[in-house]
Amino acid sequence: MSDAVLQIAGIVPPQEVPAPQGLRPAAHRSDRARIAAAYALSAPALLLMLVLVIAPLFTVVVLAFTDYQLGERTLRFVGLANFRTLASAAVFWKALGNTAVYVLVVVPGSVALGLAAAMLIEGGTRLKAFYRTVMFLPIMATLIAMAIVWEFMLHPTFGLVNLALEAVGLRGRNWLQDGDTALYVLAVIGIWQQFGFNMVLFLAGLLSIPRHLYEAAAIDGARSGWDRFCLVTWPMLGPITLFVAVISTIRAFQIFDTVQALTRGGPNKATEVLLYSMYAEAFEFFRTGYAAAIAVVFIVLVTMLTLIKTNLLERRVHY
Amino acid sequence: MHARNSILGFLRHTVLALITVFVLTPFLWMVSTSLKPPNEILTSELHWWPRQFHGYQNYWDAFTTLPLGRYLLNGAIVTAAIFSLQVLIALPAAYALAKLKFWGRDVAFALVLFCILIPFHAIAVPLFIQLHMLGLLNSYAALVLPFSMSAFGIFLMRQFFMTVPDDLVDAARLDGMSEIGIVWRIMLPTAIPALTAFGIFSVVSHWNDYFWPLIAISDDKLFTPPLGVVAFRNDDAGNNYGPLMAAATIIIAPLVIAFLLAQRRFIEGIAFTGMK
Repeated sequence: MSDAVLQIAGIVPPQEVPAPQGLRPAAHRSDRARIAAAYALSAPALLLMLVLVIAPLFTVVVLAFTDYQLGERTLRFVGLANFRTLASAAVFWKALGNTAVYVLVVVPGSVALGLAAAMLIEGGTRLKAFYRTVMFLPIMATLIAMAIVWEFMLHPTFGLVNLALEAVGLRGRNWLQDGDTALYVLAVIGIWQQFGFNMVLFLAGLLSIPRHLYEAAAIDGARSGWDRFCLVTWPMLGPITLFVAVISTIRAFQIFDTVQALTRGGPNKATEVLLYSMYAEAFEFFRTGYAAAIAVVFIVLVTMLTLIKTNLLERRVHY
Repeated sequence: MHARNSILGFLRHTVLALITVFVLTPFLWMVSTSLKPPNEILTSELHWWPRQFHGYQNYWDAFTTLPLGRYLLNGAIVTAAIFSLQVLIALPAAYALAKLKFWGRDVAFALVLFCILIPFHAIAVPLFIQLHMLGLLNSYAALVLPFSMSAFGIFLMRQFFMTVPDDLVDAARLDGMSEIGIVWRIMLPTAIPALTAFGIFSVVSHWNDYFWPLIAISDDKLFTPPLGVVAFRNDDAGNNYGPLMAAATIIIAPLVIAFLLAQRRFIEGIAFTGMK
């Protein structure tokens, strides 16, 4: 990762301030005191990193190879048994598949909608701030509260969605209790919640495209908006789009709130996802070792995605 | 050309209006329902504005059925405590990593980067066990401590401090200021923009967090707003949609209002910290 992050947000100026050359007054005398200060200043953070991240990480990996159950006083090493159980458990593959389907709907949906919104907002002059504010709103709003609102909107008899459908002569469904629709409905809520964030990143990206490229394209005969999009906007936005897609994937991958509150993985495991499986195993069935194994799978997948993202960010700097 | 432009302008607003409807409908329906009496909610007839205004009653019920005020207070205490601790711990470390030379600095910074990589969800189980062994579950400490050190915050502030000229630090040293004094009296004021962005990110993510409070808290006196609204839904009052929607409105209100008052800061803050 790099300063690119801060530069995009306009918080740090693009050029780094050069370190001052020449003499550093009073350096010698206080060197030792300064080193002591450095350790003292960073010690609390380093200690907490060990206690709050490194130790738990170590623990979760160890637990994944045990039969530990929450509340028990003993544990036994069982080797790869938890992972073998996982590999043969239909529910685990179902959860992995559902998570993948959710990601594959939410990522293209929220990236495309974010891009469309950003381009349309930038494309004109009127109501820019209004649209931007509106589309950012779902990110501010507590997701779990809005999930409950969505649940009410999807109520089979009194919900807004079915009432609106009936008003135009279509038949409603019991969206969240129907195995065919539940996962996709959650994905729509996911898109609703996420796309405004992507829009903001695209807006920043659009602003960074130099004007003269459009002028050059116009001279080369690009007249329609579509031509300009193909010749300039899209090639310039390509790297950002990739970056936005990876970020969206990481976020979508961590779907939990809506599943836990609205469907609890049902109906009939239709919305069982990875994090919810882990949560249920750990805190409802108390099979801690097994939950830890799911957590390890989760860590591996998220870490892979994060490394891809970090790689993309680093590359941005050397453009 | 002119006619063409106005058609394009019309199309632009049409599509944007459609997206706006998609985004705003849940908010409007929530507020609309929170103002209706039960017989106007449990009906198959679609209307937005209540015929009989029932708002006072619904909001009154929201605050009295469950201790919603208490939940809001808990949310405020927890988010404030988390952010204060994060600053208190991250700022000195970020300064040391950015401006001081010491043996092991590169290892320390690598550790920060590594910690950013680890998703919180994945280490929730061992954190839960740790807190259980310390007897800290079901306490404010359980809600706050796991987030007291933000590796991302350290990284962010370290990157920011790298851009602060060394002259500023050296001048302060010449004036006889201690290193800790430099952190709080020199670096902190220069870091306000970055700190604001991080603060917004921190408060928004912890006010809205559902996963960790759900695991760490079972005593309803300690419920944060997200746990509160779910408890409301699961309570007997769950089918009483008027008060439920009023509760949802109340819980999202603080951040939404703050956002509307300081949009630019919020959008910038979330956009650049969200790249985490």
